[in-house]
Amino acid sequence: MIKILKYSFSDLMRSRWSFIYLGFYLILGFVLLFLNNDLSKGIITLMNVIVVLTPMIGTIFGVMYFYNSREFTELLLAQPVKRSVIFLGQYLGISLSLSLSLIIGLGLPFLAYGIFRSGEIANFIMLLISGTCLTFIFVALSINIALFNSNKIKGFGYAILMWLFFAVIYDALILLSMIVFEDYPLDNYALVASFLNPIDLSRILILLKLDISALLGYTGALFQRFFGTSSGLLYSLLMLTFWVAIPVMLLLNRSRSKDF
Amino acid sequence: MIAVKNIRKSYGRLTVLNDISFDVSGGGIYAVLGPNGSGKTTFLKILLGMVIPDGGKVLFQGQDISRSHGYRTQIGYLPQIARFPDNLSVSEIIHMIADIRNQPSKPEPLIALFGLDKFMDKKLGNLSGGTRQKVNIVLTFMFDTPVIVLDEPTAGLDPVSLIKLKELINTAKSSGKIVLITSHIMSLVEELSDEIIFLLEGNIYFKGALSELKIKTGSDDLEHSIAAILEP
Repeated sequence: MIKILKYSFSDLMRSRWSFIYLGFYLILGFVLLFLNNDLSKGIITLMNVIVVLTPMIGTIFGVMYFYNSREFTELLLAQPVKRSVIFLGQYLGISLSLSLSLIIGLGLPFLAYGIFRSGEIANFIMLLISGTCLTFIFVALSINIALFNSNKIKGFGYAILMWLFFAVIYDALILLSMIVFEDYPLDNYALVASFLNPIDLSRILILLKLDISALLGYTGALFQRFFGTSSGLLYSLLMLTFWVAIPVMLLLNRSRSKDF
Repeated sequence: MIAVKNIRKSYGRLTVLNDISFDVSGGGIYAVLGPNGSGKTTFLKILLGMVIPDGGKVLFQGQDISRSHGYRTQIGYLPQIARFPDNLSVSEIIHMIADIRNQPSKPEPLIALFGLDKFMDKKLGNLSGGTRQKVNIVLTFMFDTPVIVLDEPTAGLDPVSLIKLKELINTAKSSGKIVLITSHIMSLVEELSDEIIFLLEGNIYFKGALSELKIKTGSDDLEHSIAAILEP
């Protein structure tokens, strides 16, 4: 698997888009820090960018890479390599290269600003962890969509819809349902609802870590009350791990019965 | 060596292979023929485990190939459309496949044979169709495999390379290998093949030597015998 991972990783690292993505984070990091002049404010702003942007880039890269490398995948399938190894290797190749762009792109400006000499280092690491988790989750989801749709246009459309659903529509639906059912106790419902959306989950994760109650929002406050800050962090991290594991298992399962 | 037992495959309502069974044991060149869409490529892909059959099984050296991948070390495969990752160079893809297969390979004589030396550092995306097909041939023949599967190997090749390819196939045959080949170039099939497997509407219409097919259809060359089958 390491070999497949190595080749798709090096293939992606040569691609222009990886550099554009890296460059974007570099510019974003530097501009934010020098405009804000404050690490913790920079982290909060970045959080709002990351919870929306990493899923989007993960989704688009996932489907694009899968469709573009179809011939390469076919070439690999004719070699004496297990199917699960091929798909896991390619999945990790995309996810790792995107995560690396994120970590280096944001790491360098914050390093230059002196993150290690401040108390914000843990918060910053939490930001990178949730960005990385979101990348892994949405790449896996989008590859699943690509595996189920041989039609490129359809697959691309569904993938974008999936991102839009989790980033925008989901919250709107939850809010709407809360207004409709406001006479009922909604605590458990809201908690479960936030578990079922990785974007909400990572937003809560970062806000819990930052410990800014003003920004926590309804579900975040519930989280804090239910679990307390430290176990709340633990539970949301655990849920994010599930969010990575389940689509990956689905992906491997689907790849086993797919015709090429 | 290869035993195909009751293979069935359909895509939606379209039945591509309908209960196909046969054996290939001794070395030699076996041509899989049939009209467009008769399931030739599907059959070869099933043999390689790229397409999962709806029913039946393929035994390779007595072992069921489903859920197994090690047997593919014994097969060299030349796909129908030679397309590779565009960012890689010719030498990189040759090294990569040798690395992934983890088998001894001898690409140098083949590179020299097809005059690919000057393309070694070129990106695969910038090569012409014929040159890519030559790279494809190098990747298939550089391993010493007892079975070679060729899906339309002549596509885009110039006459000089075609002659060299025929020599390669004949050398493989004389060293006792099994060569499975599909082609629409009947003169090539006539020249090379020992046995013909003719697929028609998902079934094996004919399996046997070329001379038997000619007798069966009462034609004196392969092209006309096949035309006689398709348009009686």
